[in-house]
Amino acid sequence: MIEFTINGRAVSVDVEPDTPLLWVIRDEIALTGTKYGCGIGLCGACTVHVGGRATRSCITPVSDVAGVEITTIEGLDPKGEHPVQQAWRHLRVPQCGYCQSGQIMQAAAFLKDIPNPTDDDIDAVMTGNLCRCMTYNRIRAAVREAAATLRGEATNG
Amino acid sequence: MADESAFRTRFRGARSGEGLSRRGFLVTMCAAGAVFGFPRAGFAAMDPAVPDGVPVEAVGARYEPAIWYWIDQRGKVNVNIIRAEMGQHVGTAIARILADELGAKWDDVSIEHVDSAAKWGLMVTGGSWSVWQSWPVYRQAGAAGRVALAQKAAELWGVDAASLTVADGVVTGAGRSASFGELVAQGITRSFTEAELKALPLKPHSELTLVGKDVTALDIAGKTTGQAIFGIDARVEGMVHGAPLLPPTRYGSEIIRIDDSAAKAVKGYRQTLKLDDPSGTVPGWAMVIADSYWAAHKAARLVKVEWKASDAARVGEADIQARSRELIADASKGALLDTGDTDVDPVFARAADTLEAEYTTATVLHFQLEPVNALAFRNAEGVWELHTGNQWQSLALPWLQKALGVDENGVVMCSYMLGGGFGRRLNGDYAVPAALASKALGGIPVKVVATRPDDAKFDSPRSPSVQRLRMAFDTGKNVIAMDTAVASGWPTKVMLPAFMPKGVNGEPYDPFASDGADHWYSVGAQRARAISNDLAESTFRPGWLRSVSPGWINWAVESFMHEAAVKVGQDPVRFRLDHLKAEGRNAGTAPDSVGGASRQAHVLSRVAELSGYGKATLPADTAIGIATTYGQARTMPTWVGGAAQVHVNRQTGFVDVQKIWLVVDCGTVVDPDGAHAQCEGAALWGLSMALFEGTEFENGLVRDRNLDSYTPLRMIDTPEVVVEFVESAEVPVGLGEPGTTVVAPAIGNAIFEAVGVRLRHLPITPEAVLAALKAG
Repeated sequence: MIEFTINGRAVSVDVEPDTPLLWVIRDEIALTGTKYGCGIGLCGACTVHVGGRATRSCITPVSDVAGVEITTIEGLDPKGEHPVQQAWRHLRVPQCGYCQSGQIMQAAAFLKDIPNPTDDDIDAVMTGNLCRCMTYNRIRAAVREAAATLRGEATNG
Repeated sequence: MADESAFRTRFRGARSGEGLSRRGFLVTMCAAGAVFGFPRAGFAAMDPAVPDGVPVEAVGARYEPAIWYWIDQRGKVNVNIIRAEMGQHVGTAIARILADELGAKWDDVSIEHVDSAAKWGLMVTGGSWSVWQSWPVYRQAGAAGRVALAQKAAELWGVDAASLTVADGVVTGAGRSASFGELVAQGITRSFTEAELKALPLKPHSELTLVGKDVTALDIAGKTTGQAIFGIDARVEGMVHGAPLLPPTRYGSEIIRIDDSAAKAVKGYRQTLKLDDPSGTVPGWAMVIADSYWAAHKAARLVKVEWKASDAARVGEADIQARSRELIADASKGALLDTGDTDVDPVFARAADTLEAEYTTATVLHFQLEPVNALAFRNAEGVWELHTGNQWQSLALPWLQKALGVDENGVVMCSYMLGGGFGRRLNGDYAVPAALASKALGGIPVKVVATRPDDAKFDSPRSPSVQRLRMAFDTGKNVIAMDTAVASGWPTKVMLPAFMPKGVNGEPYDPFASDGADHWYSVGAQRARAISNDLAESTFRPGWLRSVSPGWINWAVESFMHEAAVKVGQDPVRFRLDHLKAEGRNAGTAPDSVGGASRQAHVLSRVAELSGYGKATLPADTAIGIATTYGQARTMPTWVGGAAQVHVNRQTGFVDVQKIWLVVDCGTVVDPDGAHAQCEGAALWGLSMALFEGTEFENGLVRDRNLDSYTPLRMIDTPEVVVEFVESAEVPVGLGEPGTTVVAPAIGNAIFEAVGVRLRHLPITPEAVLAALKAG
């Protein structure tokens, strides 16, 4: 049994220790907002927070997260009203939406680390998350808007 | 029925209501409740506006003016959508068309992505057809409801229906008013025949209040909270997981033996099935069955399968391209498109000068981010259910019927959100192995999710292509003839040969491997020859990929037009405008291509102006390139002008695309924000294929199967994209793909303007640019 906390809830899972955290989250805990894209940590669709850090769950063995706090898209904000989520809706970022859980989790962790990012910062961090619908320009704008909201600045939106 | 327009007409049967079967239909399986002892499926993603996907149910009395929607006594308007949601917010766009004509209040409207019951007729989401095909049908349906509601109020109030207005969910007049719900509660039974529907008065464009107005699409919120339900999220009690083992070639390989002794050590491993496929869709497959995704895929790595490979295992990209060149060189091969006077040979014979060039494109993967997957089981009624995101249910159902050995009432597909379509999910071949595995296991639920490398290996990619373009000039440097030959693997020939129209020489052709060659330039005699590459088709399963042939044929046509302009010493925009004349076969026809080539000339002029082409002062090795297309097809032209500003690094060969401009005339814009998003995404898709994507066949399979070597566009290389729509009240046409078609040639032309070299192969790699600079 491997125990950890997910979205504030203590869980105990009976799986092989090499099982990637992604599949434990999706298949055992039945939270399906976290997605499988490439399986090698290069698309970012599986991004969750492990101890507050943006982490690619597809290449993280579940044994590595024993005793750790995990947050998925479902737990980012209880009402789905995290400023990053709000900006994503306000600017209508999602097209197919498949990558967006990972984009949002990446952006939320990033803005905690760098509250006032330059466009180059945004590009450098967010370029690790593939969007096949190519919503990149709206993602960039939404990260800027969320950053402003998180800093408590008024936005015109 | 042998021309392209007839072909299109068949595809758009839903437009006129023709082809809509009135036969009995399957119950809505996808929302069926539990039956003891049988698997209980979760609800499919039928209503994307709610977290669990459960569609709204009518309360009390309910009126259904047409099969496309109902209104209940609360005034809820629930619109049935037969198109797949894959990022284009299609349900919102279509529901607004209906709600506008009906006079509904937008807040009362919900949408329901329906299952594949026969009553819905042809179900396909592709070709950028959805809005264009739905426009007349959903408007008529909306008008039917409006007429019936007004008639009911008129009866109740003893007034003339013509004196009443219907707006915002309320019928008003004669000093009274009643909501839709109140009227429905009184009981409305009015029904409409097909002929009556067609005769209904539609609102003038000026009275439309929802179409063209800003809206947040109904599917967006759930995509920011992790609640949107994609095919990969489908679950059913008691399901097992399947991990496929793919043969060394797409077709013709046979399993000699399977050794699963090592896999037995994996916890949760059950067995390995040798799939028997009567439909021939997935020959030579094995399926590893286990209790979880991870156990199945872990075990799959330990199962040893020995195959007898087909000859395709020796085929590489160069062989396929060589075969295309061989076919192009043989004048007897291929179908001649209807381009008017096709007798170019005597014109070339007497020409004062000619120009010839060969353009090629590499194999391109769909690489939709959600790997292909499907969940299959037999339900309590004995009907097979396939839970999966799919773009063309009507194509996949016959394969599934054959694979499962059942008739058309024996299998149903349930709708989920698509984690990217881009044409991959037009070909529903990936549903077949899940069905076969479930069949082999007595109908228990089997969920199959491809790994990313297997998704790539099993992709139906955009075929590599070869094109030869020739142009003839008279002594005055006027264009007097053009001759084009395009060769590639044909998706429609492989997957739906009966739908291929015939060319003027009686030979069938695939419009999706030839659209683009029959352009709107007046060039004198014109021959466009479309050739099917048999080696490509026996090696892999060619697919429809976003923008299909206009995505690669216009790369050649628009690069070549630039070459021709340079040859005759004219500005490339002026040269194009001189050949875009709305006359003869390029005059356009009502309603879909009113204005013809003059509308293409307009978007071209406008994008040149908007981008500052020819005027902007730019740094060294930097230039703006221009291209223009008519989108996807002559019968449904979306007029596009495109410009790209690029900088070429002479030391590294790296091409930096700094900005892209699009001017688009798609007729009426139904959903402005969605339209912008589609065009921007399409343009960046074009950029990605121009510079960053592309693979090659090696030993019968694609070489690049994951992001370590297949490298689509990322944010860091994404330029600003400016999109401008032409104000228009014409018929709305497609937007999902047209933006793609201008970008590669605009970049190629910009590179030529910047550093004077002409690149004739996609993708344009830094190595190719350096080699051209060195040679140049």
